[in-house]
Amino acid sequence: MSAKERILAKLGRSLAGTTPIADDYDQALVTTPWTYAPEQRIPRLRELLEAVHGETHLTTTDGWPARVVDALSARGIDELLISPDTPHGQQFAAHIAAIGKSVRLKSYDRPVEAWKDELFFGTPASLTGTLGGISATGSLILWPTTAEPRLMSLVPPLHIALLKASEVYDNLYSVLQAQSWAEGLPTNALLVSGPSKTADIQQTLAYGAHGPKELIVLILEDA
Amino acid sequence: MNAPAIPMTFKCRAHDAVHDAQLRRNFRGAMDFLMAKRAAQFPDGDELERLRSFGNAVRARALSKLPELLERLETNLTRNGVKVHWAETVDEANAIVHDIVRAHEARQVIKGKSMVSEEMEMNHYLEGHGVDCLESDMGEFIVQLGNEKPSHIIMPAIHLNAGQVASLFHDKLEVDYTEDVDRLIQIGRETLRRKFYEADIGVSGVNFAVAETGSLLLVENEGNGRMSTTVPPVHIAVTGIEKVVENLRDVVPLLSLLTRSATGQPITTYVNVISGPRKAEELDGPQEVHLVLLDNGRSQAFADSELRQTLNCIRCGACMNHCPVYTRIGGHAYGTVYPGPIGKIITPHMLGLEATKDLPSASSLCGACGEVCPVKIPIPAILRRLREENVRAPDDEPRHMRGQGSKYSRAEGLAWKGWRLLNTSPRLYRLFNLAATRLSALTPPKLGPWTEHHSAPKAAPRSLHELAREHLGED
Ligand code: SF4
Repeated sequence: MSAKERILAKLGRSLAGTTPIADDYDQALVTTPWTYAPEQRIPRLRELLEAVHGETHLTTTDGWPARVVDALSARGIDELLISPDTPHGQQFAAHIAAIGKSVRLKSYDRPVEAWKDELFFGTPASLTGTLGGISATGSLILWPTTAEPRLMSLVPPLHIALLKASEVYDNLYSVLQAQSWAEGLPTNALLVSGPSKTADIQQTLAYGAHGPKELIVLILEDA
Repeated sequence: MNAPAIPMTFKCRAHDAVHDAQLRRNFRGAMDFLMAKRAAQFPDGDELERLRSFGNAVRARALSKLPELLERLETNLTRNGVKVHWAETVDEANAIVHDIVRAHEARQVIKGKSMVSEEMEMNHYLEGHGVDCLESDMGEFIVQLGNEKPSHIIMPAIHLNAGQVASLFHDKLEVDYTEDVDRLIQIGRETLRRKFYEADIGVSGVNFAVAETGSLLLVENEGNGRMSTTVPPVHIAVTGIEKVVENLRDVVPLLSLLTRSATGQPITTYVNVISGPRKAEELDGPQEVHLVLLDNGRSQAFADSELRQTLNCIRCGACMNHCPVYTRIGGHAYGTVYPGPIGKIITPHMLGLEATKDLPSASSLCGACGEVCPVKIPIPAILRRLREENVRAPDDEPRHMRGQGSKYSRAEGLAWKGWRLLNTSPRLYRLFNLAATRLSALTPPKLGPWTEHHSAPKAAPRSLHELAREHLGED
C-alpha cells in the first residue's frame, strides 16, 4: 500500500457511519457587512490603501500617463518596465514619444531567465494594469499574464498600478462571483493590498520587505 | 526523530523563562500589541461570533469529507500540472523533498514561511545532505541567523527586541550596528534578494488548499512567499492533510478570520493563489510545482470526533497571543514546533503523549484560547480530554492516542477512587471531617510540589458543615 492509500484508508475508517456535513454557506455574512454605497467604494478603498502606505491618485483615462511621468521624476527614476502588448502600455509609450521626455521604456518580452540580472538589480519601476479593486479590504486584483508576468508587480521597488473606477467591487465574495473565479483560475491570481511590509522586528512596521517598497494606484475615474 | 527528549524538560525551561526579565518584557509587549490589534479588527461582537461559527462550520464540513476532498484536490492539482505527493511521517516527507532536490541537482533552497517544514526539520535534514536551506521570512531569517527556533507561529522572532536583532546582524552579517528597524529590514532585503535570485528551489507552506479548483492559497505581507513560489525554477509546497477546503468561496470567511485574528489586519499585503506551474507561453514562474501532503499524527486526531476538532486550526496564533502561560514563558519553553495552546493539543498527536505529557497540564484552563479561536476549537475541553488520556491505564481500550497513560499511576488511581467514595457517602464524609478537624495537628507540613510555593493547608477546628448544622439547630 502506498502512503496515500494508507492515509486515505485510515481517514475513511474514522468516518465510517457518519454523513458529510451539508453546505449551508452564509453568503449574507460575508457580503452584507462589506457592502457600500457606490460613492463610498473608492473613498474606502483609498483610505485602506493609504493606511498601509499605498499612494493613491484620482485621475482619468487621458490624464494618467502624465501622473506616471510626475511620479517617476519626483523619485529621480528614468526608466519604467511596461508591456507593449497592452493598451495602457501602448498609450504610455505614445505619451512619452509625444512629450519627448527621456523615460527609458523596458518590456518584459522574454522569459525571466534571459534577463534575470537586469530585472532584479536594474529595474527600478514597473507599470501594470489590474482586474479591479476591493473596497472592503483595500485590495487590487491581479491576474498576471504573458504580457504582464508575475514578477513584474513584485521585483521592481516601485509598482504603479492602474485601476478602473468601474471595476471596484465591494468585497472578495462579490469578486469571486462577478469574475467567475471558481470556473477557471490562471496560474497565479493575486490580491495586493499595499507595498510589501513586515513587523517582524519588535512589532515595528517597516515597508519594503521583499516586494515593492512603494505602490502607487492610479484610479481612472472615467473608466 | 529526536524531538521527544525536549518536551521532557518543559518544567525546567518554563522555570528559566519565567525568571528571564528581558524575555518576559519582550513577550508582554508583543502580546499586548497583538491583542489590541485583533480587538480593533472586530468592533462588532455579533459579526465576530457569527463569523467564528461560520468558520467552524466550513472547517467541520471539510473534515467531514476529508478523504473525498483530498482526492478531489489531487485530481484537480494534477490536471493543473502540479505533482502531488503523500507522506505519513516527517521522514517520508523529507525523503520526497530530497528526491526532488536530487533530481534537479539543487544546491540552494529558499524557504517562505512554513510551519510544516519546521515539523519536518527540513533545514536540518537538507543541510545534512549538503543542501543550503535559507529562510526568507524576515522573522525566520533572524531566527535562523541566531541558530534558534521560531518562538511564535506567526512572528517567529517575537522573543527578540530591535537591539538583539541589531547585535545579531552586526555579528553575523558584518554590518554596522544599527537599531534602526527600517535599516535592519533593508539589510535583510538586500541579503535575501541575492538569494532569491540564486536559489534552485523554493519551498513554501500553504494556508488553504482548494479542492474545487486545485489551488494553493498563501497569505503574507513581505513578498517573500511570492518570491519563493515564483522565482526559483521549482516550487515545493508542504502542508498538512487537514488544510484542504471544499470550495474557493469557503476561503472568504476563513481568510477574513485568519488575517484579522492573527495580526489584526483586514487583509495581508499579498494573497497568492497558485494553480499550476508556468505554462508554455508564460515568461516566469516555476517550471515545476509539487505539493507534499503530510499526515504526521493528524490522522490519529482525526479518528476521534472530539480530538478531530484540533484539525480545524487555521494557524492564526490568536490562542497563544491571549494565553497567560505563553505570555509568561514564551514560545521556546514548550520545546515544540507549535507552542502555546494549539501546540499543547496538536503536538501530542505528532510526538505521542509520552514525549508531551506535561503539555496538557501546562494550562490554567482560563478559557481565553477557546474564546478567541476563530474556528471555535474548544481548546480547554480538549486539554481536559488529553489530561484524561494521560492518566488512563496504558492498556485501557479503546486506545485513542499513542502514549496513552503516560502519567498513569496505580496509587493515584486508587487515591481518586477513595476520594470519590468519600464524597459520595455522607457517613464516610462526616467521619473524615471529624478526623481531619480534630487531628489537624497531624497534617504533614510538606505536601509535595504544592508546598514548594504555598503553605500547607490546615483544617479548621470545626468544619463548615458542623457549624452550619449547629447554626440551623440540626442534630
Ligand atoms: S487553535 Fe484556533 S486560535 Fe489557535 S492558532 Fe489554531 S485557529 Fe488560531
